[in-house]
Amino acid sequence: MGPGERRAASSAGSVRTVSSGIIPLVLVAALVAYVLGPGAHMLDLGVPLPEVTIERVDFAANSEIHATIRNTGPIPVTIVFADVNDRIHPAAIEPDGYLGRLETAKVRIPFEWNEAEPYVIGITTSDGTRFEREIAAAAPAVLPSYDMISFFAVVGAYVGVIPVMIGMLWLPFMRRMGGSTYVFFLAVTVGLLLFLALDSIEEAVDVSQENLAGSFNGLMLLATSVVLSFLGLYYVGGRLSGGRGAARGTTAGGRGLRLARPVTIALMISVGIGLHNFGEGLAIGAAIGLGSIAFSTFLIVGFALHNVTEGLAIAAPLSKGSTGSATWLKLGCLGMVAGAPAIFGGWVGGFAYSPFASVIFLGVGAGAIFQVMFVLIRWIGRGDRDDGGGSGAGGEAGGAERDEASGAHGRDGGRSGGGGSGGDGGKSGGRGLSGAPFVSGIAVGMLIMYVTSIVV
Amino acid sequence: MAVSRLAAVMAVSLGAAMLSISAVSGMYSDAQSAPRTFVTHSGAVVTTTGQVLDPVYEVSEVEFDPDEYLRNFEYGDVSMLEDTGQTVREYVIVAEDDKVQEIAPGVFYNVWTFNGSVPGPTIRATEGDIVRIKFINNGTKPHTMHFHGIHPATMDGVFEPVGGGGGQFVYEFEAGPVGVHPYHCHIMPLEEHIIHGLYGVFVVDPKEGRAPADEMVMVLNGFDTDFDTENNLYAANTVPFYYQHHPIQINTGELVRIYVVNMVEFDPINNFHLHGNMYYYYPTGTDLVPSFYTDMVTLSQTERGIMEFTYDHPGRFLFHAHKVEFSEKGWVGVFLVRDSGDGKGGGANAGVDTGNSGYGGADYDAAPAYDGLPGTGGDGATRETAPQQSKYAQRDGSGVEGGTA
Repeated sequence: MGPGERRAASSAGSVRTVSSGIIPLVLVAALVAYVLGPGAHMLDLGVPLPEVTIERVDFAANSEIHATIRNTGPIPVTIVFADVNDRIHPAAIEPDGYLGRLETAKVRIPFEWNEAEPYVIGITTSDGTRFEREIAAAAPAVLPSYDMISFFAVVGAYVGVIPVMIGMLWLPFMRRMGGSTYVFFLAVTVGLLLFLALDSIEEAVDVSQENLAGSFNGLMLLATSVVLSFLGLYYVGGRLSGGRGAARGTTAGGRGLRLARPVTIALMISVGIGLHNFGEGLAIGAAIGLGSIAFSTFLIVGFALHNVTEGLAIAAPLSKGSTGSATWLKLGCLGMVAGAPAIFGGWVGGFAYSPFASVIFLGVGAGAIFQVMFVLIRWIGRGDRDDGGGSGAGGEAGGAERDEASGAHGRDGGRSGGGGSGGDGGKSGGRGLSGAPFVSGIAVGMLIMYVTSIVV
Repeated sequence: MAVSRLAAVMAVSLGAAMLSISAVSGMYSDAQSAPRTFVTHSGAVVTTTGQVLDPVYEVSEVEFDPDEYLRNFEYGDVSMLEDTGQTVREYVIVAEDDKVQEIAPGVFYNVWTFNGSVPGPTIRATEGDIVRIKFINNGTKPHTMHFHGIHPATMDGVFEPVGGGGGQFVYEFEAGPVGVHPYHCHIMPLEEHIIHGLYGVFVVDPKEGRAPADEMVMVLNGFDTDFDTENNLYAANTVPFYYQHHPIQINTGELVRIYVVNMVEFDPINNFHLHGNMYYYYPTGTDLVPSFYTDMVTLSQTERGIMEFTYDHPGRFLFHAHKVEFSEKGWVGVFLVRDSGDGKGGGANAGVDTGNSGYGGADYDAAPAYDGLPGTGGDGATRETAPQQSKYAQRDGSGVEGGTA
C-alpha cells in the first residue's frame, strides 16, 4: 500500500478527469434547481411541522429574561407569544417575529425573576404550537467582566493546569520502572485516555440531545468531528515525528521537524488532553453561565482529583526518553498545553456558549485522544519486537523506524501474541499488546477514572 | 502523494465545516429601525427595536368581534301558531369545519363553527315558544345540535347524525325550562367536536320577563392550539385578553345581567370573579330567586348561570378567572363603569378616572383603546412577511404612549 502503487491521473487525461468529476455535480445542481423551482409541486405532500429551538436563556439584571431562539424546522414561522412558566407575558422579539429557516431572534420578556428558581420559557408560533425550555435555576447572566474572567481563570487552573502539573510529578517514579511495569503504566495511561474520550463523547451526546436542534444532526456532527480530529492529528503527528523521509537517520535533512520521539508522544498526549480539557472547561463555563449547576468547592476538588491522572498520562512516555530531553521547562510547557485550555474553555463556555460549537469541540477532543491512544498502543507494541525498549536511545530509534515498518510490524506483533497464547506468553510477564501488563493496565486506568469521576 | 491528497481532503472538509458554522451562527433577519415601546402587566415600559409580542388589539377588524357578540341575541324569524297562539322562532344554522380563524392576534386555528363563528349565535326565546332550527351541515364530518333543556328524544341531536356536505335536519321543540343553556355538537369523538368550537348559548326568558338590564352573554372557552389536551389560551368570548384591552362599558346605577356559560374542556373547573362588587347568582338561571350573593362562583363543564349586579362606583374594575392560570392566558377583562350622573347613560365619561387607577398602582390595562377610541398608531404593516396576514393590527409604541398619558 505504498504511495507508488496509487495511480495518479496523467496530465493528458486530467481534463477528462476533471470533467468526469464535475458532470455529476452539474446534474445534482440541476436536480436541486428543478425541485426548488418548476418541480416544487411534486413535493407538496405531507404536513411540514414548525420547529423552534430555544437555544439559550439569559436572566438579565434589569428584570428581563432573554431567550435566544432559532427556527430549526423546515418552514418559516411567525412567533406570536412568549410565556414564562406557561403564563403569557407581553414581550419583544428582535429583530422581528418572522423567522426563516435557521434564522435566530432574541425574545425579551420583562419578568421579575427570582434567583435560583426554576423557570420554563415558552414560545408560541402562529399555528398555536408551543415550544419550551426549562431552566433548572435562574442565575444572573454571566457577563465578561474582569471578575468573571479571573474567576474562570482560577477555576480552569484548579481543574486543568494544577492537577496536570501535579500528575506529571510521577515522572521520576516512572523512570525507575522497567520492563513490564513500564508497559503496565503506559497501558494505565491508555485506559485513562479511553475513559476521557468516552467521557467527552457522552458529554457531547448530552449537549446535542438537550441543546441542539434535531436538524443539526448532533450525533453525526459529533462523529464527523471525532474522525476529522483523529485524521488531522494522525497526519500532523506523522510529520512531527519525522515522517518517512527524515526518519532514517538522525542526521538527515528533515531533522528540524523532528522531535525526540518520547517528547513527541508526550506532546501529542498533551495536545489531546488539552483539547479534552477545553471541552471540559466549555462544559463547566456553560453550566455556570446557564445556571444549570451551582459551582461548588466539592466539584472543583472532584475535577482536580480526576485530572491528576492526566499528568500521569503525559509523564509515562517521557520517562523513557533520554533524561536530557525531559527538562522541567519542557514538562511545564507540556502541562500548560494540556491544562491551560480548561481556562479558555471556561471563558468560551461562560461568555459565548454555543451548543453547536460545544459538540464540535468535544468531538475534536475525543478524536485527539483516540489518536493519542493509537500512538501509545503502537509504542507499546514496539516493545514486543524491540528487546532494548528499556533504554532511551533504543526506544527513540525504534520509534523512528516504526512508521516504515508498521505493516510488517503489526503482523509480527500478532504472530508473537498468537504464539504467546500457545505457551510462553505467561512466562515472560507479557510485554506488548497481548500480555497481562497491557490488559490489566487498561482495566486499571478505566477503573481509576471511573472511581474519580464519581466524585465529580 | 497519498499524504498530500489526504491533506487536501481534510482542508476541504474543514473548510466546509467552518462555512457551515459561520452560516448558522450569524443568521439574523433584517433589523427594523424604529424603536417601539410596550407596557408590561406590571406597568414597566420597555423599548425594543424589534416587534412586540403581546395579544393586544387595536382595531376591531376581526373575523369574530367579541364586542358585537357580547350583547347580540338572535330572536329568529318570528311567526305565530294559529291554533295555540304560540310564538314560533325559526333559525337557520349552518355548520362548517374548514374555517381557519385568527382566534388571537397572530394565532390561526382550524375552527368548527355554527354560522361561521365560535361561539355560535346566541339563540333567545321565551319559555313556551316553538323553536324551529333548520340545521344545514356544510362540513366534511357529521355534526348535530344538541340543546341542554327539555325536549323530545328525537330532538336531542345525539342519535341523528347529520352528514356533511349539505345534510339537513330540523330541530323543533318548545323552549324550556327558563334559564341559560348551552348547545353544542354531539358527534363522537365529542371532545374534538366541542373544542374546535361547535357550541353556543341558548337563553330562555321567563314569560313574565326579567327586570330591564344591560344584558350580555359570556362564553368561557379555551383553545388547545397544539393538541396536547391542555388549553393554550383562555377567554371570555374566544379572544384572549380582549375585554382587558377593550373594557366593557357600563353605567353606574344600571343593572347588568350576564349570561355565563362555561365551555372550557380539559380543565375540570373554571370560575368567575368580579372586582369591587358582588353579584346575585342564579345557577342555570332556572329560578327567579338568586341562590348566592357573591363575587366568585365555580363552574364545571357546561355549568352556567345568570349574574346580576349594579356598580355604584365609577372606574375600571377587573373580572377574571380566579384560577389565575386562566386569566394569565387570556380569561381576563375590565368593566369600565361610567358615572351616569342624574340621567342613566347620560354623561359619557364624566368622572371616570382613566389614568393609572388599576392594578397594583400600575397600569394593568396597557391598551390605548379602552375609551372606545381606535388606537392612534396601529400600523398593521409589520407582519406583511408572515405566512398569513393578521387581521389584528400590530400594536406599536405611539399608541401606548397616547393611551396611558
